Amino acid sequence: MNIFVCVKQVPDTETKITPTGDGSFIETASIKWIMNPYDEFAVEQALLIKQSNPAANVTVLRVGSVKDTEALRTAMAMGADDAALVEAADNLDSYSIAKALKGAIDKTGKKPDLILAGKQAIDDDALQVPQILAQMLNLPSVSVIVGFEQAGNNVKVKREVEGGALEVYELSTPCVLACNKGLNTPRYASLPGIMKAKKKPMAQYSLADVGVSDADRRVKYSGFRLPPEKPPGKKFDATDAAKQKDVVSQVVGLLRTEAKVI
Amino acid sequence: MDFSLTPEQREIRELALKFAKNEMIPHAQEYDEAGKFPMEIFKKAWELGLINTCIPAEYGGSGFSSVDSIAISESLAYGCMGMNTSFMANDLALLPIVIGGSDAQKKKFLTPFTEEFRIASFCLTEPGNGSDAGGIKTQIKDGGDHWIINGEKMWITNAGHAHLFVVYGTIDPALKHKGISAIVVDPKSPGIELGKKEDKMGHRSSDTRGVRFNNVKVPKENMLGNPGDGWAIAMSTLDHSRPLVASSALGGAQRALDLSIQYAKERVQFGVPIAKHQAIQFMIAEMGMKVEAARLLTYKAGWLCDQGIRNTEIASYAKAFASDSCMQITTDAVQIYGGYGYSKEYPVEKLMRDAKLIQIYEGTSQIQRLVMARELIK
Repeated sequence: MNIFVCVKQVPDTETKITPTGDGSFIETASIKWIMNPYDEFAVEQALLIKQSNPAANVTVLRVGSVKDTEALRTAMAMGADDAALVEAADNLDSYSIAKALKGAIDKTGKKPDLILAGKQAIDDDALQVPQILAQMLNLPSVSVIVGFEQAGNNVKVKREVEGGALEVYELSTPCVLACNKGLNTPRYASLPGIMKAKKKPMAQYSLADVGVSDADRRVKYSGFRLPPEKPPGKKFDATDAAKQKDVVSQVVGLLRTEAKVI
Repeated sequence: MDFSLTPEQREIRELALKFAKNEMIPHAQEYDEAGKFPMEIFKKAWELGLINTCIPAEYGGSGFSSVDSIAISESLAYGCMGMNTSFMANDLALLPIVIGGSDAQKKKFLTPFTEEFRIASFCLTEPGNGSDAGGIKTQIKDGGDHWIINGEKMWITNAGHAHLFVVYGTIDPALKHKGISAIVVDPKSPGIELGKKEDKMGHRSSDTRGVRFNNVKVPKENMLGNPGDGWAIAMSTLDHSRPLVASSALGGAQRALDLSIQYAKERVQFGVPIAKHQAIQFMIAEMGMKVEAARLLTYKAGWLCDQGIRNTEIASYAKAFASDSCMQITTDAVQIYGGYGYSKEYPVEKLMRDAKLIQIYEGTSQIQRLVMARELIK
């Protein structure tokens, strides 16, 4: 059984983001990279499946820069068997990333039985790659899964919808599943795991190797800017009963004209 | 010259820090207040390989260097200095076996610690002998086919939960240092009596007790080295363990610094965050300077140990400077937090209480200065 897990490396949640001088991207030099937290659920699910099916092989895939391979090393330290990295700029669009992932899967020569990913990356929040990848591979796909069960050649997954209700899907494998928080509790990479990870194989490809070119780009970033700083809140004094009527109409007026929320 | 950690050391440090932030910090206050032993957290840390870092690879351990162990201990102390005392006590107790044990003793005593979660205690201090460790009164007598131990130990970390004791005693008090011997004792042996758990100012989650030995029989083969080798084993253990204790102070100091910076940016007085006031800036600058200097001394002491170079002098610098700095930094953190800092609702008062003990155990700050002077003036 071949399980592929797609992971992305994203800035640590505590990182202070600064756009580059020309606004084309963000400063990456001083960023501490971590595995996208939603991808940790995908890695954990793959490892849980491997626990009950020791013959399973878990391959982690990533498209991005080679400066730091933190996410792949972490996944292998957690227990994944091997990894493949497609070297690319960190600001590719979802279509190019999905195409590169498909190319990387083809390159490994292994036929996928299951492809797992996080439901979204916490940096660009695009929520697109797993679905595009499924489309390219012509495979069934469910996103935002919070429950997983294997049923022979099929898998049964639960998906959270508005209001806390759950949808239950049964899919035939191979399929693409995008994982959400609540699916499992990701394990820590243990120290022996970190030592073992160093010896695990990591294939490296260029975008050309996996058949992706500039022409595949569907979205180009035109500029990065920090959101404007929030102005300080306004305080209204309504302790004097006689003035309360005026204060209320003043607040309502401002909510209408300035905040434009009513 | 290269000050950087290896990529592997950075990963180890990251893991330990992640563990500290997710598993220790959220529970530190609760365990402190209840004086509850962190059994589940200890076990979880063991499962990840963060405990017993001193056990060599040939006996099933991780074979970590002193610098590796410091990187781990610094991060765990960042989570809670009190819990880290319990964790570190395992290494302190196992180090004499690593240093002075035979191959058979290492297999017998160290390997089980790699196979299942176990706790150990280092029993050196006595009610009447702390700094003057050479004046140990606990007696180890030859009972023919076994040793007989009589005496009393004090401030023994982990004693209430230990699976193994390393006990220091004398075969003859007249021999002074030359009579001191180290022996591995099963805490379940008949004649061992545990005192009550001490109600301490800080490190309240760690279990600290007195231990009394009344005619305790111990197998002959449990003696580490020869009778009389104990003093050399204890001194060598301290050369290894002092950098580790320094790293605990370093982790606590780093946490106090991080919390101070965070609070100073949030707390507004006179219309600006207090971080904009020079009085606070100077305190934070002082903290940062001391944390960095303590870090350099601590890692250097560990690095020397790894190179096989005698580190007694530098290890004492590291232990005294890191613990004295931790005390100053945590005190200033309470000052920056003001009234809130004095309240148990905020984390810094605990740091201040915890810092105090590190100036006392494993050789007081004053004893460290005696060691330094002896090394410098000899």
